[in-house]
This record gives sequence, C-alpha cells and structure tokens, in this order.
Amino acid sequence: MVEPDPSRRSFLRQGVTAVAGLTAFAAALQPLTQLDLDDLPTLEAHLQKHYKEMSPAEMEAALERIRAEVAKRYGLEAHVRDIKPLDGVEFVYALNLSRCVGCRLCVHACVAENNQSRDPEIQYIRVLEMPRGTLDIEQGNHLYDHPTVPDAAHFYMPVQCHQCSNPPCVKVCPVEATWQEPDGLTVIDYDWCIGCRYCEAACPYFARRFNYADPHIQPEDVNPEMAYLSNRPRSQGVMEKCTFCLHRTRQGRMPACLEACPVGARKFGNILDPESEVAWILRTKRVFVLKEDVGTLPRFFYYFDERYPREAGDDLPPPPVDAPHAEPPR
Amino acid sequence: MKAYLTFVWRCVRVSFVGDWRYHAWMLALTVLALLGLNAYCQQLVHGLAVTGMSDQVSWGLYIANFTFLVGMASSAVMLVIPVYIYRNRELHHLVIFAQLLAVAAIVMCLLFVTVDLGRPDRFHHLMLRFNFPISMLSWDVVALNGYLLLNMHICGYLIYCAYRRREPARVFYIPFVFTAIVWAVSIQAVEAFLFVGLGGRPFWNSAIIAPRFMASAFAAGPAFMMLTLAVVDRFTSYPVPRQALLTLRNIVTVALAVNMFLLVAEVFTELYAGTTHAASLRYLLFGLHGHDALVPWIWTAMGRNSLALAWLGMPDSGRRPALLYTACGLLIAGIWIEKGMGLIIPGFIPSPLGEIVEYTPTRNEVLVTLGIWAAGLMIFTILVRITIPVLSGRLTIDTRYHRGRLPQPGKGPVATAARPTTPAIAREESP
Repeated sequence: MVEPDPSRRSFLRQGVTAVAGLTAFAAALQPLTQLDLDDLPTLEAHLQKHYKEMSPAEMEAALERIRAEVAKRYGLEAHVRDIKPLDGVEFVYALNLSRCVGCRLCVHACVAENNQSRDPEIQYIRVLEMPRGTLDIEQGNHLYDHPTVPDAAHFYMPVQCHQCSNPPCVKVCPVEATWQEPDGLTVIDYDWCIGCRYCEAACPYFARRFNYADPHIQPEDVNPEMAYLSNRPRSQGVMEKCTFCLHRTRQGRMPACLEACPVGARKFGNILDPESEVAWILRTKRVFVLKEDVGTLPRFFYYFDERYPREAGDDLPPPPVDAPHAEPPR
Repeated sequence: MKAYLTFVWRCVRVSFVGDWRYHAWMLALTVLALLGLNAYCQQLVHGLAVTGMSDQVSWGLYIANFTFLVGMASSAVMLVIPVYIYRNRELHHLVIFAQLLAVAAIVMCLLFVTVDLGRPDRFHHLMLRFNFPISMLSWDVVALNGYLLLNMHICGYLIYCAYRRREPARVFYIPFVFTAIVWAVSIQAVEAFLFVGLGGRPFWNSAIIAPRFMASAFAAGPAFMMLTLAVVDRFTSYPVPRQALLTLRNIVTVALAVNMFLLVAEVFTELYAGTTHAASLRYLLFGLHGHDALVPWIWTAMGRNSLALAWLGMPDSGRRPALLYTACGLLIAGIWIEKGMGLIIPGFIPSPLGEIVEYTPTRNEVLVTLGIWAAGLMIFTILVRITIPVLSGRLTIDTRYHRGRLPQPGKGPVATAARPTTPAIAREESP
C-alpha cells in the first residue's frame, strides 16, 4: 500500500473541513431567505436623521417616504403630517372614576384611531376593575369579562400614558428616541428607536408597548389621518405609546378615547388656560395621581366627583336623608 | 509589522491544532454556535415574538445572562488585585487567564445585548445621538467597551511580548492594569445602577443590588477560573501551583459567604416589614396568587450555594479536588440562577399595574442563548490555547515551524518532562 503524501492528505482534510464548515454556516443563515426584500428598511430610511435634526425639506422627504410605504402596504393614500406643538399649551387629562363604567369603548376607539397592530393586538389603555375600598392597583382585575358592566361591587380605573413631567422612560433611552414635547406629550421617533425596551422597564404605569412582531392591520381598518410622532404605521421591533392623539389634539380636537366615552368620564384640555374644563376640575375636585411616590409628576389626574357611589350600587345602603347634596357649579 | 502579522497568523493556526478532545470540544461548540445563529436568524425574521418575552416581562433570558456575564468579566480583578497589589507570586502567571476570561465574557455580554435589540440594524444611532450621561444604558456601553479594550490591550501586549521574547515595558501595561481594576468595579456598579435607578420597580430599586452584584460575581468568576485552571493543569504542561488554587478557594468562599449574607439582609428587609413592595420577592420565593414558576429555581439556587459554601468551608476541601470542583460548579449554576433569572424576571412580576404574567423562555430563545455561550467559550478556549504555548516559550518568534509541526498541548519535550501525574490541587509542594 502506498502511503499518501502527508501534505496532500492534510490539504484534502482541511478542504473538506472548510467546505463542511461553510455549508453549515450557510445552512444556519437559511431563515434569512424568508425576509421579504420589499419590507426591509431602505437605505434612505437608514440614513434618515433624528426627528430633532431634520430640516423642513428632510422632514418632507421622510413624510413622502411614509406616504409611499402606506400606499404600497395598505393601498391607500395617507394624509401624513408633522404636527408641531402649540404655544402656551400644556395638555392634561382628568378621569372621573365615579362615572367610568368599565365598558372599554375607549380602548377600542384608541386602537382604531392610532393604527395599533391588530395581530398581535396592541392596546394603549388598560382598564382595571377595582374592588371598592382600595386604591391598591395590585388588587385590580385586568381581565374582567362580565356580560354587562358596571359590576356593583367594583369601580373601574382606566390607565394609559400619564405624560409625566418627570418621565423615567425618557431618562433611560440610550439614543434619545423618546422625549417630552413643549406641550407635555412624551413622544417616540419610531424611526430612531433601537428596541432595547429599557423605557418599558422604566415606566411605572405600564404605558409603553413593544412591537414584538410585524404589526398587522387590515387595509380597511387603517386610519389615513396620520402624524409623524403619533399614529403613522410602526415597524417590527420598536416601541410605541399613547400620545394623547396629538394629531387630533394639536389641531383643536379631543382625543379619540374621550370622544368614545359614553358616560363623560374623560376630560381633556389645556391646563395653562384657566378657563378650561381641566383647570376647573383641578381647582375644585379632589384629584389624585397614580403612584405619586415615584415622583413622576403625571399629567393624568383621577377624581371622584360625588359623595356616594353611583346608583349601580343598589346593594349599598342609601345615603342619610340629611346629607347635603352639593351640586357642582355650572 | 510583518512580525505582528506572522504572530496573528500563527495564532490562527495554533487555534486549529490540538488532540481529539480539543477537536471534539471545539466541534461541539461550533455546532451549538451555529444552531444559535440559526435561531437568531429566525428571530431577525419574525421579531422578538419568537421569545417568551411580553410587554409585561420585557426582558428575559438574554438580559439575565448579560447581567451574569458582566459579573464574570469584572471578577478578573479578584486575581489581578492579589497579583498586582499584594504581589502574590503563585497567581502571577495565572492572572492572564482571568483577563482572557474577561475578554470572552464581555464579547458574550455585547452579543446578548445585541440579540435583545428589536432593531439591531439601527445600532449606529448610539453613535449619532448618545444619551450620555443621562441614560445608564449609555454608561453601560462606555463601561463594557472600555473594559473590553483595556483587557484586550493588556493580554495582547503581554502575550505578544512573550512571543517576541521581550521583557514587557511596565509603562505599557501597569497603568492599564490599575485602570482596569477600577473599571471592573465600575462595570459592576453601572450594571447594577441600570436596574437600581428604576423607581417604578421596587424589586430593583434597592441599594443592596450593587454590593450583591459584586459579591456574587467575585464568587462565580474565581470559581470558573478554578475550573479553567483544573483543565489547564490536566491537559497541558502549564504549571498550576496548588497554592494558587487554594488562594482562589479562599476568595470564592469569602465572596460566597458575603453574597449569601447580603441576600439574607435583603430578604429580611423586604419580608419582615410586610409592605406591598415585597410582592416581587414573594413571587420569587413563594409564588403569588398561585403563580410560582421561579420558586423551584430560586430554592435550588440557594440550596446549591449553601452546599457549595459548606463544602468550600471544610478544612480539608483543598485536598479533595472532586469536592472542590463540584462545589465550584454548584455555585456557578446557583449564582447564574440567583443573579440572572432570579433578579431580572421578578422585577417584572407583578407588572406595575399589578398584573401577573409569567415568563418562560422559548426553545428559540434558549438556542440563541446556548449559541452565544458556545461562541464565548470558543473564544475563551482559543485564547487559552494560544496563550499557553506562547507564555511557556514553545511558540515564539524564533520557533521554526512548518505545517503540521505546531506545538501541541501535552506533547513535545517540555510537556512530557513536566507533565504531572496528580492534579495540582492534590499535590504537596515543597516551599
């Protein structure tokens, strides 16, 4: 038997090893072939600057790109704008816990307005069903499912972004993809977020949502009235949150959740305007904020506006006859 | 320059040379790393939905491993301090392995952070708008990369000097060594502050987290070094003095005892007062409202750590290598659970709105994690594989070598002469 040339044998062995290694490497990368090239971010999107650094022309180009993407993906012409905050305006929300019946119409109006993903489902508002006699939110039920609401033994507490004056989520973002606007709204540049979810960990109100998968909306469900910082379509892997519907509220309209509320539990307005309804509520009602101890200084206030529970509590004793019923001033 | 390139090329060659056990180990790691890469590609396509994470538990296995590995990286100082400050002679030629471990661990940390990102393609945004010094995550980026560079420089310089048969110039590495000591403490602190700074998460918002990080790291890191040195001692001719292992044993024992004391201090503070802030800790230790996914894990971890402490503390543990190394293995696993899953996951449960959503890693997530561990161990193995022949003078600029004649571990004249028959820890040494 002829001894093979050792250098040739080793060359062959090395060659086989290298080919096997490369094949295994290529096989490992195989899932990438499932990527749809049309869905990948374009070079233009990649080179886009941070929101605060874009010139008006660059912003117009970005908006045009978003319009084109919406047209391609949903087959509709979207009205995408960059709506700036108004001078002398600071938005505040007030929620009347005596009125809220826990119907969750606000949750669904919000989803319809803000183009959240329907699959997987993303909702900005969480309604807690609270047992009477406590404000400890750990006792709240998130998944209540009665045939009718309200349930007599409970009250209802919707929670959404509190637009804090001292927002922990903004502090922690490593790339400044989220910030507080002059009118108090904390917004996200969806094209800048790297998806580290540190802000989600920092938020004490469970107000932020992450796109764990590619968001899906049926074209007929898309709201074409869009703003760069609020309800334009998001991509997989970025954060999103409630912006008090800035594309509506900065144009003098009310947030979608407020308009959907059937019992008038939601009040919204400019706290810098002393004539506004929210200013009146903050002056006259016994308002409170959630988790005051964490120092976030929310712009979302809760209040109870009556001495006795709403009439749904039939099983509760009637108020004493001599109780003074103070009518709120009109 | 040419000499340096030759050095790099020779290092690449050396990393492919070894006996069948070396090849089997590297092949296994390669397979795992490729499986992990495959799983990561799945994640890139389908998003982080392929993990078990949710809006309620928004960090999971990746960040848990990241936290643990930052500790492993910083624990190199537990060998550096005795050598460079107290002039410990037994550890002197072993300290480089701890620094190499730091390099490998930081690379794994960076990989774990990267796979946790929703949009890794936007990584450059860190360079363009870096929220420093406000965001603790930006501090983390600086701390980890700085520590990686420091250790790469120290190891690379010392190894290259040994290769060139030159005496290393103190000015080129001593200042870096001392910077790295402070830096190692700082990466632990920054890592802890990342969690501690979140006022909305009472489980993390506690000053004891940073000291606990240190103590657990200084137990797990040197324990891992002991296992590494056991392997080096078993399979190479590189001298591993028994006294060095005993010094490490003492470091591990004290650090583990301190770690367990800090844990007890934290558990007492939280539970005795009975405030609602202790909900996460109650979930971890006893379960909350029937949810108890982490309960068996944390008690296993505490059992492992207690057992390891008892074994390490036994006066004759130094003469019983099997017991000693088992104890090291137990406490590494125990601290991995306690500091990783036991610290990250309960911080999210219950959620800030009191909701209890549990977390279980998915198969894909586990594969990515194993893949990164395999890649990290592969880097560490290669670094050690290169370092040993260089530092023992078998691979230098003067070594004449050609294909197939590279120095092999456990072979060659030096090796056969010096090859001990009993493990270092069990050897009696003359002073």
